Amino acid sequence: MSLLEIENLSVRFRIKGGWGRSAWLHAVDDVSLSLPRGKTLALVGESGSGKTTAALAAARLVPASEGAVRLDGTDLLTLEGETLRRARARVQVIFQDPYSSLNPRLRAGAIVREPMDALNTPPKAERADRVAELFAQVGLRPEQQALFPHQFSGGQRQRIGIARALATRPELIVCDEAVSALDVAVQAQILNLLRRLQAELGLTFLFISHDLGVVQHMSDRVAVMYMGRIVEEADRGPLFSAPLHPYTQALLAAVPSIDRRRRGRSAVKATGETPDPLNPPPGCMFASRCPRAEALCRETRPALEEKSPGHRAACHFPGPSGD
Amino acid sequence: MTDRPDMAGAPPVEKPRSPAAEAFEMFRRNHAAVAGLVVLIAVIGIAAFGPLLYPEDPFMMVWTPFSPPGEQGYLFGTDYLGRDIMTLMIHGARVSITVGLAAALVTVTIGITVGALAGFFRGLVEEALMRLTEFFQVLPTLLFSMVIVALFGASLPMITLAIGLVSWPAVARITRAEFLRIRELEYVAAARAGGVRNGRLIFRVILPNAAPPIIVQAALMVGSAILFEAGLSFLGLTDPNVASWGQIIGANRPYILDASYTVTVPGIAIFVTVLAISLVGDGLNDALNPKLRAR
Repeated sequence: MSLLEIENLSVRFRIKGGWGRSAWLHAVDDVSLSLPRGKTLALVGESGSGKTTAALAAARLVPASEGAVRLDGTDLLTLEGETLRRARARVQVIFQDPYSSLNPRLRAGAIVREPMDALNTPPKAERADRVAELFAQVGLRPEQQALFPHQFSGGQRQRIGIARALATRPELIVCDEAVSALDVAVQAQILNLLRRLQAELGLTFLFISHDLGVVQHMSDRVAVMYMGRIVEEADRGPLFSAPLHPYTQALLAAVPSIDRRRRGRSAVKATGETPDPLNPPPGCMFASRCPRAEALCRETRPALEEKSPGHRAACHFPGPSGD
Repeated sequence: MTDRPDMAGAPPVEKPRSPAAEAFEMFRRNHAAVAGLVVLIAVIGIAAFGPLLYPEDPFMMVWTPFSPPGEQGYLFGTDYLGRDIMTLMIHGARVSITVGLAAALVTVTIGITVGALAGFFRGLVEEALMRLTEFFQVLPTLLFSMVIVALFGASLPMITLAIGLVSWPAVARITRAEFLRIRELEYVAAARAGGVRNGRLIFRVILPNAAPPIIVQAALMVGSAILFEAGLSFLGLTDPNVASWGQIIGANRPYILDASYTVTVPGIAIFVTVLAISLVGDGLNDALNPKLRAR
């Protein structure tokens, strides 16, 4: 049984033009995913592909237009008011920017304590101990509770953000580009910390990243998004070794490598322009950049179908890249 | 703990310093602002304790009219009714400062409420509140406050309210702008994800971070409220039984050529006080603006 079931999730934004005109931007279009307890699902894609919006909509931080987000059977999207506030304890977010994600006017200890006070759990007397425990868990010293965010380095700030996300003992944690603002050495520390916490606490991660190296290190399953839709979804192994969708192949080919064999390989290149998201074409969104596109691709949008067990792709002509 | 090599040999913990402590340090380095603060404290001291040293009724005739400064021990001389300008000034300071502070308080209260609600809730709430703000913003301020005072009587509370009613749009706009910026920051999203309620989100999470420019604006508002009160008093729209600096100028206006000191003394007092407040406001602006502060 999956912990998280996202069904047909869509997020639309109304873009206002001049003279009262407006258009709808489909930031997330008909996304369905499922994520078993204790596992990590990575959402990858380029900037603007809707991966962050999809995850934040699932966490009820961005309003969703359609669909269902079931956490252990409860549809989070139908919750309102106090029930929603209570349910927030179960889904927490680690944010991208370690600078803007911490309130500059609160001391580190107070930042970690904030969700406990807001949700009134655990009992007041235990909260100070819980803060101390969380600080130890993420590798911060107890006396650092008294410091303000600007007195920490980027990596330490991200540890505070992680401690805050753990404060309510959540089941699901959305890691929104949690390491992309950090330099490489610190990235590795934070990723290892996240993996250790996942193993110790049985956490489930929805891991958003554009960095395929990080994704390969962290994830059990990977979903690739392009212009608001999932184009390919598979377990980590098959996705990285035998990607079916030409967009995934182009993404993988774009990863810099010092491996001579890999570097020598003829790369799948995505050339051309992305379509106007306010006025999307009827066919495949990737057709304008796809080396394999044919007339069918421009006319009919390919459905996301299972091409082999557990490996879904939305492409009329899936298959290994022709090199 | 293999993933924390950064902890080994870490320097001793920096002394925890609050943002307020750092702001004070920045303020202290601005000499003009410190000078303004000293003057301001002196003026407030005179307003608070001066009437104890000069307990006489300021409207009592004490000597011949138009007695020049210094004569008969009256430091600032007497006005056209033979009243001691020194006593008038000291009692007037209390009124001017009180009206200035109270009007700024009214301004900030209305402005923050309107601006915070508009910036936080967006949508129809914002539309309605900002149209209201614009309505008040385009009213000719002096004229509108004159109408209020003329209609509801020239008592000090009414004058304070009138000044507050015409000045709040600036604070509302600043507050809204700050809320629009801060509500999109990740720590607000994190607080929301942590189950923080809207009320707490507005007043405990966003407002403290929006406070610096509002504090600066509020400080400057005190100065402009004092000027405003002086202007209304000068036009005769004031409680004739209460001395204020503007009222002294207004009352002695016809004699400006024959006895210029009767208007010069309160004029300089207003000038110095408002200048001091502006310097303090400017210093606060530098001290509270994080963009100027080194990280």
